[in-house]
Amino acid sequence: MTALVGAAAGGAAPGTPPDVEPVAEPVAGRRRRRWTPYLLLLPGGIWLVVFFVLPSVQLLATSLYDRGGSLETGYQQAFAFYNYVDAVTEYWPHLVRSAVYAGIATIICLILGYPLAYAIAQKAGRWRNLMLVCVIAPFFTTFLVRTLAWKSILSDNGPLVEFLRSLPLIGNDFRLLATPAAVVCGLVYNFLPFMVLPLFASLDRLDGRLLEASRDLYAKPTATFRKVTLPLSMPGVIAGTLLTFIPAAGDYINAELLGTPNQYMIGNVIDSAFLVRLDYPQAAALSFLLMATILVMVFSYVRAAGTEEVV
Amino acid sequence: MYRVWRWVADHWVMVIGLLVLAYLFLPIVVVFLLSVNRATSRLSYDLSDQWTLDYWLHPFGAAGIADALRLSIGIALVATLVATVLGTLMAFALARHRFRGRGSTNVLIFLPMATPEVVMGSSLLALFVTLQVPLGFWTVVVAHILFCLSFVVVTVKARLAGLDPRLQEAAMDLYADEWSTFRKVTLPLVLPGIAAAAMLSLSLSFDDFIITNFNSGTSVTFPMYVWGAAQRGIPRQVNVIGTAVFLLAFVIVLAVQIRGRRQAKALGVA
Repeated sequence: MTALVGAAAGGAAPGTPPDVEPVAEPVAGRRRRRWTPYLLLLPGGIWLVVFFVLPSVQLLATSLYDRGGSLETGYQQAFAFYNYVDAVTEYWPHLVRSAVYAGIATIICLILGYPLAYAIAQKAGRWRNLMLVCVIAPFFTTFLVRTLAWKSILSDNGPLVEFLRSLPLIGNDFRLLATPAAVVCGLVYNFLPFMVLPLFASLDRLDGRLLEASRDLYAKPTATFRKVTLPLSMPGVIAGTLLTFIPAAGDYINAELLGTPNQYMIGNVIDSAFLVRLDYPQAAALSFLLMATILVMVFSYVRAAGTEEVV
Repeated sequence: MYRVWRWVADHWVMVIGLLVLAYLFLPIVVVFLLSVNRATSRLSYDLSDQWTLDYWLHPFGAAGIADALRLSIGIALVATLVATVLGTLMAFALARHRFRGRGSTNVLIFLPMATPEVVMGSSLLALFVTLQVPLGFWTVVVAHILFCLSFVVVTVKARLAGLDPRLQEAAMDLYADEWSTFRKVTLPLVLPGIAAAAMLSLSLSFDDFIITNFNSGTSVTFPMYVWGAAQRGIPRQVNVIGTAVFLLAFVIVLAVQIRGRRQAKALGVA
């Protein structure tokens, strides 16, 4: 569309390709241009390679060390692929639990986040900026402090649990804190903005005229939603689910503060393997497993959904 | 009553949206209530029925809290500055130039965002231990720059992609050279994007616990202070700081929004 307008305004003769450069640049200028992107990328690129790629490679190497060593005696590179077998057989419940909790949290975030994003993008009118600020606002209170506040809300002596206990069919020993529900609730709460923001971005771009057209053609609201709104907001749905699921799957703060060891996720195991048990090869194997699983899921999901524009 | 129901039926999407917003704000309200409530015991997370302003009058009354806050602010400022500069340069390269390796650069920038924090934190720790770098302020700064960088690139790139290229063409047509086109046209237009990226880095860095916990050695940032305190009984002053930072940021963001709207009105855009 823009290209069409541009070509028309430029008055290009029919048949001329629109992006021919009118004046040839001097050779020195062109050579400089060719190097500019690399120069611009250099400092940040070095940072990413030294502090991200290199540690990842080293993580892979560490995960194959012989587990008999220690930090003092040093490790032997043994290409010990059985570290992975050990890690999975020992901790598969935590891996499954992470996937299940993060999956449920992502679905709830989608169900809660979609109406909110839709309301802000299409219904809020002059209140939209304020509502958008309100979505980001919780970020400004330290996330540990907010999660600890959930501990107060879900506490056995808190008004919420007391109210629920007073309801029929709910026993007196009912509790929320230290249950899977509390952990999922914390995950939903902490990662909801990551779902709402990309959804908002794609719903905001939705052309209101398309919805009108659909209504004019006698589509019921549900049909308009199913056939127009939802397909057009798919990029937002994909970006949102990824941005929610990835951090939720690796999180261990919610399980630690709102759950018990029975709710521990893979993040708790990695954390204690690295910082408490000092079992570096196993910790590295678990980390690498988590990262590889997530990357495989991300790429197959993106491919299945058929978009390249996630970032 | 009928009219209320009528309104709810007509605006049910908005009603659900507001309920979800209320859910997002619930813990912040509780944090505020905790900050004006006298704790009955150090390990208690429940509200008592005694209210007090003591914690607001002496926010730094708990040992160590001021140092932790100062350290967190220092780290966040340095990390934001470096990440914003490096990330903006990368965003310009990606949005403005076609070159070999563009696709793989995009993947390289996406990967840190797709990596769980435990993995990033632990692999960096392994690197620092191998290189025998002493853990502390600088290792935390390095880690924070790393995870802020990708978010800066994505934010600034989005702003650049939304810019009308004809504005720069117009400047060039009016015989502005590349540098003054950049300085007088491109940079002012991209500045809101850069500012948003800097705000994002600032809050990401200030808030980070997981990666910091791996790489901080004996330095204690504010989130680490909260974590440590949560094990031994948390001083209520933490809630004062939480509420205060929230209010400060909220006011700043609102002021920026209102100013932006006023400017838009003056220009006749809105």
